[in-house]
Amino acid sequence: MLLISCPNCGPRDETEFHYGGQAHIAYPENPNDLSDREWAEYLFYRENTKGTFAERWVHSTGCRQWFNMLRDTVSYDIHAIYAMGQPRPDYPADQASAPGLAPGAATPASSATTPTSSEGV
Amino acid sequence: MSADHLPEHPDFLWRNPDPKKSYDAVIVGGGGHGLATAYFLAKNHGMTNIAILEKGWLAGGNMARNTTIIRSNYLWDESAAIYEHALKLWEILPEELEYDFLFSQRGVMNLAHTLGDVRESIRRVGANRLNGVDAEWLDPQQVKELCPILNTSDNIRYPVMGATYQPRAGIAKHDHVAWAFARKCDELGVDIIQNCEVTGFIKDGDKVTGVKTSRGTINTEKVGLCAAGHSSVLAEMAGFRLPIQSHPLQALVSELHEPVHPTVVMSNHVHVYVSQAHKGELVMGAGVDSYNGYGQRGSFHVIEEQMAAAVELFPIFARAHVLRTWGGIVDTTLDASPIVGVTPVENMFVNCGWGTGGFKGTPAAGLTFAHTIATGAPHELNKPFALERFETGALIDEHGAAAVAH
Ligand SMILES: Cc1cc2nc3c(=O)[nH]c(=O)nc-3n(C[C@H](O)[C@H](O)[C@H](O)COP(=O)(O)OP(=O)(O)OC[C@H]3O[C@@H](n4cnc5c(N)ncnc54)[C@H](O)[C@@H]3O)c2cc1C
Ligand SMILES: [Zn+2]
Repeated sequence: MLLISCPNCGPRDETEFHYGGQAHIAYPENPNDLSDREWAEYLFYRENTKGTFAERWVHSTGCRQWFNMLRDTVSYDIHAIYAMGQPRPDYPADQASAPGLAPGAATPASSATTPTSSEGV
Repeated sequence: MSADHLPEHPDFLWRNPDPKKSYDAVIVGGGGHGLATAYFLAKNHGMTNIAILEKGWLAGGNMARNTTIIRSNYLWDESAAIYEHALKLWEILPEELEYDFLFSQRGVMNLAHTLGDVRESIRRVGANRLNGVDAEWLDPQQVKELCPILNTSDNIRYPVMGATYQPRAGIAKHDHVAWAFARKCDELGVDIIQNCEVTGFIKDGDKVTGVKTSRGTINTEKVGLCAAGHSSVLAEMAGFRLPIQSHPLQALVSELHEPVHPTVVMSNHVHVYVSQAHKGELVMGAGVDSYNGYGQRGSFHVIEEQMAAAVELFPIFARAHVLRTWGGIVDTTLDASPIVGVTPVENMFVNCGWGTGGFKGTPAAGLTFAHTIATGAPHELNKPFALERFETGALIDEHGAAAVAH
């Protein structure tokens, strides 16, 4: 069970949240100009990163607000949580394994991020 | 037997050769699909100078972790065709591979718990019959007769309103299936190379000419990707994208019990599926963990929900204990159908996206993918499953349509 720190409500169990997949996918500026390939990319193609991944979650049974998260898809460690509309904070993969580094501590957008922990099972 | 008299090691079923400098084709991934593909390449297309490259040990991925349900009662014509072909192959493979992997056609029941379920189920039975797939609609009384331990009374939250039943469906022993294919592959001259991770591809323009591995560089005419949960990672190395999301999928077993469960029961609505393995464990599974994950483990609440569902449907399971839980990495697509065919990279082919339900498809995936690798063209059965369907919009939407996803 992941322990997720909602930016509004604080740390809560994963069961209170719903997953929203990859973050930072913008609706196409000029949908009519897209080729079939580009539509397919927008509709069906998402990154499937093995490692640090920017994704969306919604606190469905709490404040019902969406937010973004940087999470490692192998260790499931949560590196950063940041508001919708904020750019993805820097979190180079090699920092993830740097000893003694608090999760989220190295992100430049530190005011918008909430260091969190996650529980592996 | 005393400890200082261990029995002789049984005969090895395959060699463990070092990789050669070059092959006519290389299959990446030594799970069920990679093994079946290599087998049919050698047997049907005479391609014996080929290798299977497996980063871990043979069939230690989803092949080792799945709950082995085999059925073909999918809704859409394209799916029914390929899964029914697979089922027919399962029926003859023990003899062909000269290996009894305990394919047990004990039937699969898909329960209906709502009026919507009932309508969809009856529609699916009709569609299955038109496609030559054996299918029946059972009322709650018939459900009870076939599986007496199921609670078919109306004292549960979602009473059983009936079920579809496919008598020819069932389970098999997954490890033995892998070993059966591996032994035949080896006999036909295929090199099975374990502990050999593919780390990159060598290309000449848009054409693949070799693979980089943890055991050196290997030149090859053709590459077939059968990497299940890691398909996106390999595609990225090769320079193209796949519409795949990798998720943890968990399952569990109880301790051994006397035979109590005569068939396979799946419930999409209450969300659990259960069979009893040949040895006696109750084998249970449900849906994926919601998040993307490559960790081969998921969250405990998912296990808890499927156990709650199991106890609701099978009250006698309340006394059973969970012995082991585990997870695999499944490669899901948005239409819950696989992707098999050519890729944007010349001479590179992909078989993936079987997600939560690809064990049953193993023989047909292998047969048709081998055809595609050998000839460079789609097989009649895998043609609808080409990558291009995400551009043309010809999706094969088996979400929900196929009863449950396994
Ligand atoms: C818990 C669970 C229950 C399931 N239940 C069912 C079921 O009841 N019925 C059903 O039909 N299906 C089921 N499935 C799905 C089924 O297991 C898969 O669809 C199927 O096994 C995938 O094909 P495979 O056997 O080739 O995959 P895998 O066995 O995962 O093979 C892929 C292989 O590729 C290797 N690989 C990855 N990257 C590399 C690399 N870079 N270099 C070399 N090798 C690499 C991996 O190590 C792995 O061995 C289940 C899956 C899970 C996890
Ligand atoms: Zn909240």
